[in-house]
Amino acid sequence: MEDVKEMTADKVVAKEKKEVKKIMVICARGNLEDVYAALIMANGALAEGKEAKMFFTFFGLDAITKNKADHLHTATVGNPAFMRGLPTMIGGLPGFEALASSMMKKEMDKLDIPPVTEFFEMIDAGGGEIFACKLAADMFHLKKEDFIPEVKDIITVGQMYELAEGEGTHMVFI
Amino acid sequence: MDTLTINNATIKVNEEGYFTDPSQWNEEIAVEMAKKENIDLTDKHFEVLNFLRSKHAEEVPLSIRKVGKSGIVDIKEFYKLFPGGPLKISSKIAGIPKPVSCV
Repeated sequence: MEDVKEMTADKVVAKEKKEVKKIMVICARGNLEDVYAALIMANGALAEGKEAKMFFTFFGLDAITKNKADHLHTATVGNPAFMRGLPTMIGGLPGFEALASSMMKKEMDKLDIPPVTEFFEMIDAGGGEIFACKLAADMFHLKKEDFIPEVKDIITVGQMYELAEGEGTHMVFI
Repeated sequence: MDTLTINNATIKVNEEGYFTDPSQWNEEIAVEMAKKENIDLTDKHFEVLNFLRSKHAEEVPLSIRKVGKSGIVDIKEFYKLFPGGPLKISSKIAGIPKPVSCV
């Protein structure tokens, strides 16, 4: 019986490294932590020399709406990952959500993570493109003027898929 | 630990090609490192490289945001000077370890 290793030795081809070349980040949530996750994914890709595009839909539109972008909150009720053991009644007290969100922002600030609007400036400066979902914009009665200047266009899901075209593109849904 | 030979000098680098000993750096070596990345260094490039080296010496953590706020370049310029991953490429050319940052 021939040695299997000898038979296949010449035919062993080094596994090709399939690089991530481009990402399309879809953000459908307006929570502080979800929006930041999306921003860091996109900015991180640009910082590594990859292409990045972002598509905001439903509550994600809050992140790109001028008067809401820097005032995002994290949920303190119904969010089991926020402070285990926190009674729902306490989490729901007036002002608690704002306080918790403000504390989270302070921690991020200490780590040199910029506020949302500045983060979008960084992503734009790095070559990233930002888009809003037409369906969601119509639903919430928002127009291009309501969005931050970095938003390139309001597009449909079909157009979003066109933009995501290309080899080595990964879709990231948040 | 690997080594690179540049201009007859043996530079200690890690497996990704980053200097393990920043003191081995000088400007001529930077020019050669930059050529490998298809970049021709100008005075502006050197301003950024020196900024990175000084921050590293002060043990200040580096991020793209910091460089953009340094007053030397803004983020758009930074991406133009060192295309394809500005912070990781400029720190390689500057002879400092790859910065660990998510921003």
